[in-house]
Amino acid sequence: MKTNSLDSLKTWAKSVRSDSEFRITILACAGTSCLSSESDLIIEMLQAKIDEHNLNGEVNLKKVGCLRFCGEGPIMFIEPDNITYVRVAIKDVDDIFTKHILEGTTITRLLYTSKKNELIESYENMNFFKKQFRIALRNVGDIDPRNIDEYVAQDGYKALGMSLLEKTPDEVIKIVKESGLRGRGGGGFPTGLKWAYTAAVKSDEKYVICNADEGDPGAFMDRSIIEGDPHSLIEAMTIAGYAIGANQGYIYIRAEYAISLEPLNIALNQAKEHGLLGENIFGTDFSFDIGIKLGAGAFVCGEETALIRSMEGHRGEPDKKPPYPSESGFRGKPTSVNNVETFVNVPAIILNGAEWFASFGTERSKGTKVFALAGNVKNIGLVEVPMGTTLREIIFDIGGGHPENKTIKAVQIGGPSGGVITEEYFDTPIDYDSLTAIGAMMGSGGLIVMDEDSDMVEIAKFYLDFTQDESCGKCTPCRIGTKRMFEILERLTNMEGEPADLERLETLGYNIKNTSLCGLGQTAPNPVLSTMKFFKEEYEAYAYRTKRTSYAIEGKKCIGCTKCARVCPVNCITGKVREIHTIDESACIACGACYDACPTQAILKP
Amino acid sequence: MRKEILDISQLDKSLLHELDAYIDSLKGDKQEQLIHVLHRAQELFGHLPYNVQLYVAHALKLSGAKVNGVVTFYSFFNEEPTGKYTISVCMGTACFVKGADKVLERILKLTKTKKNEMSEDGLFTIKDVRCIGACGLAPIVTVNDKVYGKVKVNEVDGILEKYRGDHHEN
Repeated sequence: MKTNSLDSLKTWAKSVRSDSEFRITILACAGTSCLSSESDLIIEMLQAKIDEHNLNGEVNLKKVGCLRFCGEGPIMFIEPDNITYVRVAIKDVDDIFTKHILEGTTITRLLYTSKKNELIESYENMNFFKKQFRIALRNVGDIDPRNIDEYVAQDGYKALGMSLLEKTPDEVIKIVKESGLRGRGGGGFPTGLKWAYTAAVKSDEKYVICNADEGDPGAFMDRSIIEGDPHSLIEAMTIAGYAIGANQGYIYIRAEYAISLEPLNIALNQAKEHGLLGENIFGTDFSFDIGIKLGAGAFVCGEETALIRSMEGHRGEPDKKPPYPSESGFRGKPTSVNNVETFVNVPAIILNGAEWFASFGTERSKGTKVFALAGNVKNIGLVEVPMGTTLREIIFDIGGGHPENKTIKAVQIGGPSGGVITEEYFDTPIDYDSLTAIGAMMGSGGLIVMDEDSDMVEIAKFYLDFTQDESCGKCTPCRIGTKRMFEILERLTNMEGEPADLERLETLGYNIKNTSLCGLGQTAPNPVLSTMKFFKEEYEAYAYRTKRTSYAIEGKKCIGCTKCARVCPVNCITGKVREIHTIDESACIACGACYDACPTQAILKP
Repeated sequence: MRKEILDISQLDKSLLHELDAYIDSLKGDKQEQLIHVLHRAQELFGHLPYNVQLYVAHALKLSGAKVNGVVTFYSFFNEEPTGKYTISVCMGTACFVKGADKVLERILKLTKTKKNEMSEDGLFTIKDVRCIGACGLAPIVTVNDKVYGKVKVNEVDGILEKYRGDHHEN
């Protein structure tokens, strides 16, 4: 049935049976991380039990998108009991069904244990969730992504209806401009302005492109949105099409996310069936369709001009700008390229107004930002917070600090294009400008916590290995420069470097930044330059060859328990029971297994 | 220089028919959809040998060099055959911080292979992959579709043995 007015949308929304009408609703996470822990099987088995007992009328088991607390997955929210189960396994299905669903008792072993060893029943009382505020992820985890009814019940497609039926394209752009929304993919360019530029160019055809080539290692918010709330993206892209005068949109999605295509395709078909996508949307003369373009594994395709080349079936090499895609983009036509997280803010802005959105955040960075919090931190998962929240709040309040209370030395923000932020800057409010001011950048939202054991030179080398591998090769500074930087870092970590290498790294780094063609090369040296700035002594230990490269045993602490020797994968630890053990440093692969196994902290790190 | 002479004598004809059918089904500019065609071809043939690339080039009226340029640009496309089990070690930052490089090193040593090369017994191809978005389980190793989370270096032997064992039973 086609929807052609806001009234019919309202009637539809009212007809949807809400979760509160069921005796019990279980939101079971089927996000990537939970799926890797067999959550799909758990959900299937639980559903089979519900079917078997004919309880579908009163028990509402929903396979939802990411519930954000990935480190504790598979995770389930149970309403209205307000109970959250974490680390659910297949063996727990029987108990959840019999004890919780049938008998109404809480299974304490599946509750979350806080750092203070308290059992916490509801997610609402977990520090991880307390300071979060959701705009971009507003529906992720709440609704069944495969059911358009649930999206409509959350005011879904109302913003599209309001735009098409009550506003001119210019008015839509004006609202987005006034909201202060900026690109969430890394650059932070004002979204309204990008739309206005594209709208201003006269052309028979224009395109809206969604950049879903989330390549920053450690960031997975875009994926969670596509899998958990695909209709928001479809609605937002359609609004963008109306605003800039485009009738065709494309979602460019990386091949690693092929699994995300299933919910996305279902959503596209549902939207078309209901006249919310395709010909004559909402009964107006505006038509818009969305196609999918699959990437094939190239980080540089996250850069918009490279992405467009890839969409056209070429090698994903960037072009110089200007001309910008807003003038000459896909197939040479005016094109607006926006990121997934940026897009899904738009319906919320249209519904609640620009002022509402601008009331969150800082002066020049409005709204919220989603971060993927990972690394050496207790609570791992997706975190959406208002702009201006400090890193300390994210790491210690939401993240719960280090799992074993080791010292947190730095966080890496912005992935291979970003830099490290050290403890002294943890009170910086996070927004685009303050991060740039301290030599880091927002990037797409990867936030990796590093503790005292992290070797910053190795981490810089890791990122350089990534960028030199992903450099497309088109321009010389990036192609050869990043390779040379990587070689120097390798030389250093192999203890074959020299003090002059540090100067070479720095000079090369600045030259690559200043002369590369696209964003990849212009930011590739950042991880090196920023770690050199804050952890010069670690570089010097390598350059002056004062650093040990293997583990060792501190004799006076060793009790001769043999635990280290038993876990060593290369059998390079020798010693008799109750005697001091020794490590053959030439054979040690520095895996750290002995370090973890030692009960008396007698193992010395390299 | 190698001449672009297409030789399909070694290729499975039924798979070529399937590929033809896929190409026929595409709407709009077919050349623009080269990457999608290559994805399909790799699904069918397992990898993209010289003659499959040339076949795609002919079908889409592109030069062999153009197709090979695209194949070699993107990491998803393999020109060489892959082992029965593809072991992917996630090298995303979260996994790296938790020691994925050590895990990879151990796997390469045990299988006596280099990255992206098939082991001599045809069982394994080992790859380092970009973030697969399951950072809560870091470090992560996947063997075909099976995911191993929080992998420790000393667990690698056991994981590999399991697949060696499965193979002998078959």
